Amino acid sequence: MPADFISNLYVFILAGFVGFELIKRVSPLLHTPLMSLTNALDAIVVVAAIIITGRHETRLTVVLGTIAVVASFSNMVGGFFITDRMLRMFKSGKSKQS
Amino acid sequence: MNTLALQQYLDFTYIAAVVLFILAIKWLSSPVSARRGVLAGEIASAMAIAATLFNPELVQYKWIVISLILGAGVGIPLGMVKMTAVPQRTALSHAFGALSAALIGIAEYYVGTTPVSRFQMGEIGLEVIIGSLTFTGSLIAAGKLQEILPQRPIVYRGQNIVSLSVLGGALGLAVALVVNPAHAFLFPIMIVVALTFGVLLVTPIGGADMPTVISLLNSYAGFSAALLGFVLNSKVLVVAGALDGSSGFILSVIMCKAMNRSFTNVMFGAFGQVATGPAAAQEARPVKSASPEEAADILAAASKVVIVPGYGMAVAQAQHKVRELYDSLSKRGVDVRFAIHPVAGRMPGHMNVLLAEADVPYDRLMEMDDINGDFPQTDVSLIIGANDVTNPAAKTDKSSPIYGMPVLDVERSHTVMVIKRSMNPGFAGIDNPLYYMDQTLMLFGDAKAFVSNIVKELGHG
Repeated sequence: MPADFISNLYVFILAGFVGFELIKRVSPLLHTPLMSLTNALDAIVVVAAIIITGRHETRLTVVLGTIAVVASFSNMVGGFFITDRMLRMFKSGKSKQS
Repeated sequence: MNTLALQQYLDFTYIAAVVLFILAIKWLSSPVSARRGVLAGEIASAMAIAATLFNPELVQYKWIVISLILGAGVGIPLGMVKMTAVPQRTALSHAFGALSAALIGIAEYYVGTTPVSRFQMGEIGLEVIIGSLTFTGSLIAAGKLQEILPQRPIVYRGQNIVSLSVLGGALGLAVALVVNPAHAFLFPIMIVVALTFGVLLVTPIGGADMPTVISLLNSYAGFSAALLGFVLNSKVLVVAGALDGSSGFILSVIMCKAMNRSFTNVMFGAFGQVATGPAAAQEARPVKSASPEEAADILAAASKVVIVPGYGMAVAQAQHKVRELYDSLSKRGVDVRFAIHPVAGRMPGHMNVLLAEADVPYDRLMEMDDINGDFPQTDVSLIIGANDVTNPAAKTDKSSPIYGMPVLDVERSHTVMVIKRSMNPGFAGIDNPLYYMDQTLMLFGDAKAFVSNIVKELGHG
């Protein structure tokens, strides 16, 4: 079993625990923005897509990479955008009066 | 700068991005700090992309620039959709995320400069299978939510056996590739079989189960990104994928608990099929109905009102009218709160977003467990487009398909008013004894029109 795999597994398990503890505490009020925000964060796969595209190895990898960049970058842009739009709408009774 | 030092700068940037990702989710825990969380996520993502552009492996930027522009061109409109379209947009973004993870895995397989080891083959195989099935599954879910596809579950005899054999086929092909990586022709077949499984997985699941399915697909999309991180040995992907995956997983568990059902039951149960039988028998039972004027009089005389919104409110786009009702009653000194069942609507948190959009203050939106004890002191519970989540049979009738599901105790309030188009049973086809109770008044009509009429009456009085 490659050494990389083991270190990645450590990272995966620890990040999973951190995620679990943090997400448990997110109010159900914000579950929809939570989903769109984590989607936008997940769109960080765009960095891998950029590398595949820019390495320019074969025509196939450039095509696949390009589609992957479009798909993930649109998720990133759209995800942050809509999350912020949603969160701007959440106002408490007090802040509304002020 | 030599390559090694540059690589270290890139790594430090990615580490900083990962820290910001975690902070982003931490700040999302409260509406007060939540927007800071979005900002943290944006900075992290921008940093990571900027650093990646300095990666010495990149030799050609043309397609990177083109695809980033196209991506922004697709993403901005998808970020501007109406709030009622958020469930399908979310499903679509799961599809995009999974698509991109699957495509990168496929590209990695075909790069072929060094032959893939068996271990890598296993990782790539699993990653591409999960990515592919999530892609098609999410597209089907988005189609159902957009009502391009029928929302009712589509089931046939032996469905589970067929679906599971298809999944088994995809996994079998991956194993065959691990055993003999030279059989490269199996790889595209494996992808097609996995794509097919995604369709089969979501087609039989409908309406009321959508919140769980959306959460589950969210979790798959996250885990496929994490697996891609394993394939590419990229820790930033492992972390982002693990966060997204665990988020989707927790939401699925919450949704399942809120329906008192297990994962397997959601995946293989085809909820809507359960109770079409008893629904036919109940039409004859008497119900009391009321006009908008009567409803307005009762609401105006109340001191505590709880509004229970459901998917019907979203369908009728009634949230703005509901807020007018809230304003009008609040002005008269009536204490109005909203009771939000975790699975009300088509995705987790759906009702909260719609009501926030309509400018209802979020401290008026109550979770089920926080408000259930208050129903006995509530003068009027007004149910708008919700059905199963208010069904007292879930507590008393062991033969009911939703027996055991936690529900809102609306029948404990002095008066219950239900806005409903007709006596047709709800999505799951389950009869609701609430409608025949002595304290219940049925308000027949379109939710938006009816609420609007109540508001008008309140204005006159």
